[in-house]
Amino acid sequence: MTMPQGVQERTTVTIRFAGDSGDGMQLTGTQFTRTSAIFGNDISTFPDFPAEIRAPAGTLAGVSGFQVHFGSEELHTPGDEVDTLVAFNPAALKTNVDDVRDGGMVIVNEDSFGATDLKKAHYDSNPLEDGSLDKFRLIKVPATKLTQEALKDSPLGNRDKDRCKNFFALGLISWLYGRPLHAVEEWIDQKFGKNPDVASANRTVLHAGHAYGETCEFFEHTYHVSKAKLPPGRYRRISGNEATAIGFIVAGRLAGKDVFYGSYPITPASDVLHVLSRYKHFDVKTFQAEDEIAAVCSSIGASFAGDLGITGTSGPGLALKGEALGLAVMTELPLVVLNVQRGGPSTGLPTKTEQADLFQAMYGRNGECPMVVIAANSPADCFDTAVEACRIAMQHMVPVNLLTDGYIANGQEPWAIPDPDKMAPIVVKHPGPVKTSSGNGNGNGNGDVEPPLFKPYLRDDRLVRPWALPGTEGLQHRIGGLEKADVTGNVNYEPENHEHMIATRQKKVDLIANHIPEQTVMGPEEGDLLVVGWGGTAGALRTAVERVQKQGKSVAHCHIRYLMPFPRNLGDVLKRYKKVLVAELNCGQLRFILRGKFLIDAYGINKVQGKPFLVSELENKINELLSN
Amino acid sequence: MATEALPQLKAKDFASDQEIRWCPGCGDYAILAQVKKVMPELGIPREKMVFVSGIGCSSRFPYYMNTYGFHTIHGRAPAVATGVKVANPELTVFIVTGDGDGLSIGGNHLIHAIRRNLDVNILLFNNRIYGLTKGQYSPTSEHGKKTKSTPMGSVDNPLHPLSIAIGAEASFVARTIDRNVQHMADVLRRAAAHKGTAFIEIYQNCNIFNDGAFLYSTEKDQKDDTTLYLEHGKPMIFGKERNKGIRLNGLNPEIVTLGEGGIKEDDLLFHDEQLAEPSLAYMLSRMRYPEFPEPMGVLRSVDQPKFDEEMVAQVKDAKAKRGEGKIADILNEGDTWDVAE
Ligand code: SF4
Repeated sequence: MTMPQGVQERTTVTIRFAGDSGDGMQLTGTQFTRTSAIFGNDISTFPDFPAEIRAPAGTLAGVSGFQVHFGSEELHTPGDEVDTLVAFNPAALKTNVDDVRDGGMVIVNEDSFGATDLKKAHYDSNPLEDGSLDKFRLIKVPATKLTQEALKDSPLGNRDKDRCKNFFALGLISWLYGRPLHAVEEWIDQKFGKNPDVASANRTVLHAGHAYGETCEFFEHTYHVSKAKLPPGRYRRISGNEATAIGFIVAGRLAGKDVFYGSYPITPASDVLHVLSRYKHFDVKTFQAEDEIAAVCSSIGASFAGDLGITGTSGPGLALKGEALGLAVMTELPLVVLNVQRGGPSTGLPTKTEQADLFQAMYGRNGECPMVVIAANSPADCFDTAVEACRIAMQHMVPVNLLTDGYIANGQEPWAIPDPDKMAPIVVKHPGPVKTSSGNGNGNGNGDVEPPLFKPYLRDDRLVRPWALPGTEGLQHRIGGLEKADVTGNVNYEPENHEHMIATRQKKVDLIANHIPEQTVMGPEEGDLLVVGWGGTAGALRTAVERVQKQGKSVAHCHIRYLMPFPRNLGDVLKRYKKVLVAELNCGQLRFILRGKFLIDAYGINKVQGKPFLVSELENKINELLSN
Repeated sequence: MATEALPQLKAKDFASDQEIRWCPGCGDYAILAQVKKVMPELGIPREKMVFVSGIGCSSRFPYYMNTYGFHTIHGRAPAVATGVKVANPELTVFIVTGDGDGLSIGGNHLIHAIRRNLDVNILLFNNRIYGLTKGQYSPTSEHGKKTKSTPMGSVDNPLHPLSIAIGAEASFVARTIDRNVQHMADVLRRAAAHKGTAFIEIYQNCNIFNDGAFLYSTEKDQKDDTTLYLEHGKPMIFGKERNKGIRLNGLNPEIVTLGEGGIKEDDLLFHDEQLAEPSLAYMLSRMRYPEFPEPMGVLRSVDQPKFDEEMVAQVKDAKAKRGEGKIADILNEGDTWDVAE
């Protein structure tokens, strides 16, 4: 196919939209992503916003960014380096320009580079004029003026007109990358349908931006990014939090269970609560509790009474839930605990990503208190992992820690929509009613205390106890946080019993390894280096390993979804490589565990900047280890 | 055709096989006995009942009942019970808590369960002391109380459970006492019949660490003057001679003597537990020994929307409007596109 003149083909492009929190950059980025996904590119996004809802306008603290990586090949990360930066003010330029590759494009709204704007961003001289941006292709667009001009006939007030300027940028970028406008227009009509003046203004400005690209002669060419060769099927653009919520709902349906989600609002997990609250017609009950503790306790209560009890939070909330998780372990009830990790400790970095809650998930409770821990590795993978967490919780009568992180929770990618007919039902059994001696279920009435009919801690071959639901005749029983005797569940403080119960609770979790897939690797089955990761770093690790593999080196990637228990063969896998590198966005938590459990001498690459790994930094580390 | 009547359950049918471990003489025994006595009268099968508790002496209660039971963690019983009731609104749920469990570590959950008007019964055993941890002052201990942790006397101002419950918009508030078993049974029946949160404070003697805390209200020679047994629609009269009453003086209650200065029954405050405004109930909750006789019985009983009922109704409404949710529908929402072979 021959390209029209002035159009250059690109395999992948990374664009970052950056501006003040109030500039609508998340919206602009989302809409561009949407258009690209519908067009058929593979996509991966990384929204990056401040913790403050509205930091003072124009300041460095208030900068909000949205990065989108789109391409004609499979993508696993939102991109290391930015090809095109759209900066709406000096603060956005300052905080983002270092990520632009040499020779990359920087498009600025020159109307927002006045003396006060520059001062707010701590610029001593105007970067648009002092030559500091010489290594980039700088394109100065008077977006504010052009927006006002385009809207000179609009009945909107000046402030409202000004708020349309992000659509100018969207129109311009859409022209530059050959994106049609109709998907955005449809969205505008839907979103602002009730307010036709606003809808029409946004449309006008969108087109003005597009037309400006054509006529301004700043650009030597436009770019074309072909459709990606994704496997055939129906796709949907999805974020990790959406996928997690849908996973919970589908798991409820697959098990024939009502879903109870108890949660307290916390960044970056609140969206899961928002999404779930819209699906009540799927037998979803959402409970915005008074605090994190009530959120988990209500979910435990719901599970006791027969719902699929789920609670969701982020790191600080998980800390508050710790005691209740011990109760869930002790009472051996199904429970899923979602932790959308963020930077810690304490309040830490609420809107930034980190993987530093692994220890907390594994060990953060009093006593010997094993919990299942599994981690999702991409936005779309949150769906499968959420379903899996629910399956394990209900089929094995255990609380499950489901780890995601801010990066995959807010990031988006295309999701190959699964076929509902191919989903395995989650088989859950409850013991049925038992008639009492008098045959009527209402007691013998003769004044004797009846011996209990039901043994709440009588286990099956997987050591799983029965899930007997209140309301079931003859199965009345009491559970609680005190140590109990096996089989009867009666309170018991005997030394041997306690040791037996601790071992049993651990063994029950360990046995789950027989019901999960074995660990696989991407690359050679044995070799010089195995790169190990878990959670949201999967895309970056895979991309880095693939690059080094292309250089002909012996390296494989192992991404661990099941962290407690580990897959049965994990120890063998680790021992088949000369070196093991564990890459994590923490100070080496999984590495510590692997070294302790498997006695291997693992190396680490660790980063705790609230940001995901760059492919390049991983690639460098891999090459360094391979050459020593 | 003759239908066989279900045999009437007896108190013993509600006893579990577990050995009771409260101290001999503890007021908890009397409460357990009354609960077991009243339960068969409710006509609810044992398997439809759930007793949820927190931590403390009182919270051992579920182990002794042949119903479903959940002995949870300190202060969290209302939160666990919320999940139980929402998951299965057909269950009759009792929360058993104490002054430390319910008002100290679990104060937050207690007030939120109450303000939501979850359809549960909350029995708060108030012994004004920490028993299970062996005798520290509790949030209801009086100012100046000397205990293991306050050798020079507590400098905490106490909380008053009924005032807290009313402040949290409770729809049913009552008080009773372990030594007046007849009254306790009556109050339990009333609570069980109420839809929405029924909050009962039960004065309970801890004979080990705070013996006689409520003696003033139970001793024969005193009790008629120190307690005011409330009856809906009746004037507030008390005293050994039944000649003292409560009258409103401006916004404040005062004690008057019938016949003195021409005071008649009609001049007294009449109890109305159904007032929409909780001011009267709140005023009653603030009448305390020794200045006033302490009210016993139902202070407030009104109908308010119930949390569990509304939550279930929303699910029903959503289904009526949008149809029963199907997996295929939720998967295919949002922006979708097809990639061809
Ligand atoms: S310590 Fe007090 S409240 Fe606890 S069981 Fe003994 S007497 Fe009862």
